[in-house]
Amino acid sequence: MKTYKKIGLAAFAAVSIVACKPKGTETAVSGDAAQKVYVAPGKHDEVMSFVSGGFNGQISVVGLPSGRTLKIVPVFSVHPENGYGFSEETKPMLETSHGFIPWDDQHHLALSQTNGEIDGRYLFANANNTPRVAKIDLKTFRTTEILEIPNSAGNHSSPFLTENTEYVVAGTRFAVPVDGQGDVPIESFKENFKGYLSFIGIGKEDGKMDITFQIEAPGFNFDLSHAGKGKSHGWFFFSCYNSEQANTLLEVNASQNEKDFIMAVNWKKAEEYLKAGKAKKMAVEYAHNTFDESTQMAKSEILKEVSVLSAKELKDICYLIPCPKSPHGCDVDPTGEYIIGSGKLAALIPVFSFDKLMKAIEKKDFSGEFDGIPILKYESVLHGEVQKPGLGPLHTEFDGKGNAYTSMFVSSEVVKWDIKTCKVLDRTPTFYSVGHLMVVGGDTKKPYGKYLVAYNKITKDRYLPTGPELAQSAQLFDISGDKMKLLLDFPTIGEPHYAQAGPAELFTKNQVKFYKLAENKHPYVTRGEGESKVVREGNKVHVYMTSIRSHFAPDNIEGVKVGDEVYFHVTNLEQDWDVPHGFAVKGAQNAELLIMPGETSTLKWVPVKPGMYPMYCTDFCSALHQEMQGYVRVSPAGSNTPLIYSLNNKKDNAQSPVKEGETK
Amino acid sequence: MKTQNLNKWTKVLLIILGIGLVTAIFVPIWSIYLNAPQYPEGLAMFIHSNKISGEFQIINGLNHYIGMKEIHADEFWEFKVLPYALAFFAALCFLATFLNSRKILYALTGIFLTFGVGFVFDFWRWLYDYGHNLNPHAAIIVPGMSYQPPLLGYKQLLNFEVWSYPNIGGGIMIGAGVILIILAFVEFRIAKKAI
Repeated sequence: MKTYKKIGLAAFAAVSIVACKPKGTETAVSGDAAQKVYVAPGKHDEVMSFVSGGFNGQISVVGLPSGRTLKIVPVFSVHPENGYGFSEETKPMLETSHGFIPWDDQHHLALSQTNGEIDGRYLFANANNTPRVAKIDLKTFRTTEILEIPNSAGNHSSPFLTENTEYVVAGTRFAVPVDGQGDVPIESFKENFKGYLSFIGIGKEDGKMDITFQIEAPGFNFDLSHAGKGKSHGWFFFSCYNSEQANTLLEVNASQNEKDFIMAVNWKKAEEYLKAGKAKKMAVEYAHNTFDESTQMAKSEILKEVSVLSAKELKDICYLIPCPKSPHGCDVDPTGEYIIGSGKLAALIPVFSFDKLMKAIEKKDFSGEFDGIPILKYESVLHGEVQKPGLGPLHTEFDGKGNAYTSMFVSSEVVKWDIKTCKVLDRTPTFYSVGHLMVVGGDTKKPYGKYLVAYNKITKDRYLPTGPELAQSAQLFDISGDKMKLLLDFPTIGEPHYAQAGPAELFTKNQVKFYKLAENKHPYVTRGEGESKVVREGNKVHVYMTSIRSHFAPDNIEGVKVGDEVYFHVTNLEQDWDVPHGFAVKGAQNAELLIMPGETSTLKWVPVKPGMYPMYCTDFCSALHQEMQGYVRVSPAGSNTPLIYSLNNKKDNAQSPVKEGETK
Repeated sequence: MKTQNLNKWTKVLLIILGIGLVTAIFVPIWSIYLNAPQYPEGLAMFIHSNKISGEFQIINGLNHYIGMKEIHADEFWEFKVLPYALAFFAALCFLATFLNSRKILYALTGIFLTFGVGFVFDFWRWLYDYGHNLNPHAAIIVPGMSYQPPLLGYKQLLNFEVWSYPNIGGGIMIGAGVILIILAFVEFRIAKKAI
């Protein structure tokens, strides 16, 4: 008997020791999580989210709670799938003052708002590298406008938005000399480098963007930003680091000051100064690219001037709030009263009060000045500090019930805390190194709440491995109860930084299903097969082509010569939802096209060798998709092969199967 | 003599029928609905007295696979006649009421019923023609298959489920036929009793 007991005890001890090993992550999810994220066939996701693509320059549209990716919207990157940035119509979208730039680093997104609530009209996106702000029309999920930002570099604190979509901002992450005067020694950083904050006005009706004014601020690194709302409407808050204004080994040299700043900007006041003519006009160069839905054509213009207000001279537009230490996220709660600075190297989270800020400004309760800008006393504007929240606080969003959720990069967790009392309520681990987090509508006046998504930087052990580079990661939490509950891990595309989300109906109600052919004002539109033709203008050959299930018209072209520039202007004649046609031709050096019903899209093709070149539809359109094809005969340069083409509609075939091309 | 007059209710109903038939000129008479896996939201086509509405262009696009003719309103003489026919019947309703004429009522009932039978036959012939008169060079030929939509009710045609039902105008016309029969019968009884 005793031996049995001994063996039993030994076994128990062994099990206990094994159990002492740090726990894996398999136990992270509790019972009903699968049910909560399962969206049955035939049902739709409850929430539509827009996730930044980071270094891929795109945006992905992801349904929640399922975590399924629904679409990739190309914004700052060429996209061979549909010809964005390759087609003649969309090439101008990626023009900048530096020329055509087919990529960027896309970090943050902002959904347009009315009265502080998401209205489902537009999505704004920033390009970090070559500073740009884009607008995506949510009726079509297409990028329809891109504005380059002058006097800027590393457009990081962007595109944050005021509560009625009056302005979207673009704050420079890199302090830079003004455009065109950058040939200076780095030693002259303190005198020559400035931080520019751009306020981009947004047209009420057409959503058109223009840089209404810029504010010249000290040469900090402006990191993130959020607009005031409710009572703090009229103000913008920017976090800034490197108040040391160091210019080498910033890892050490920009981490010396105990406190950096949050800059509070009174943009209403700035507007007044602008009206009063206090801005100086500055000669710059920046591109403004717009896509016109009616002509389905983008154009790029270079603008030459911007109005700049000086924060140093106009004393009451900017104030500095000391914020410990190297602040990253700068978030405003739904009431507009509390401004949360997340010092990424600080061991606490400071919460500032807008009322106290107003009082301190009124009483001129300043502790000093930085480059002519008043610094407010930390204690005078502080509402409270969240003590020991975790390590590396980065971003905070809100559920509208008085709770804040902060991501902790170093300690890999999300911490829930009470805004009023600054007490930590709950914490949950993430896997691993969480960057941004997003509560549905969490930066609006009325958060939808319910779900929180953490965007993690490291995904070891979360998914099947795929070589040295692993999938990017998001984690979905249910925040409807007192305790946060992990529901789902899902991989994402690119490196997700920030995201925006709202109830799906906000976006589904406005969808364009197809473009009306009758309203297509493209200069090379072909509204019916009868209008199809081939026109030679010198060495340019314009093909007015149509596509419909399941053929192109014309389907055969002869008389193209080496050295010709062939423009296939393909109009998709379909007038039905979800019937795009593709177009590809052998040897095309750019991409294919994906043409929506009723749309005209142009592929430029320059054949380099004589031969017979097949062209075909790349999107499986119908039972006869595989038959949707034709040929282009290319003859050597200087040959006199006649320019002819065949239209495959019956009437034409009855008379003559072949038509002659026009020569202009 | 009282019995020479039409019954008060007959007059009221004839006026309503007249108004109804005028209405039928302006509203869809018949609907054909199609559902298929790739068209979960369905396709609808409406036949009016003078035109076709709905998504018939999309249906035309699909029908070319099986070699069906395209549907175009201007190929139907019926659309030129139907509005006048309905107006004519409405006029007869009003005329019978104001002239207090049983004879007109009987005549109206007779012509309308003949017209009704003719209308249904013509519609059927129409559907038959579309369903059977197929292009021999069509991409998809299923041996022995024709694509005649149902005159009334449901039918499966390849991957499409097809429903065919009277719309408001058709309902009015059917109702008018039934009511006219009843009125003619009732008035005939009244007239007979009076003798």
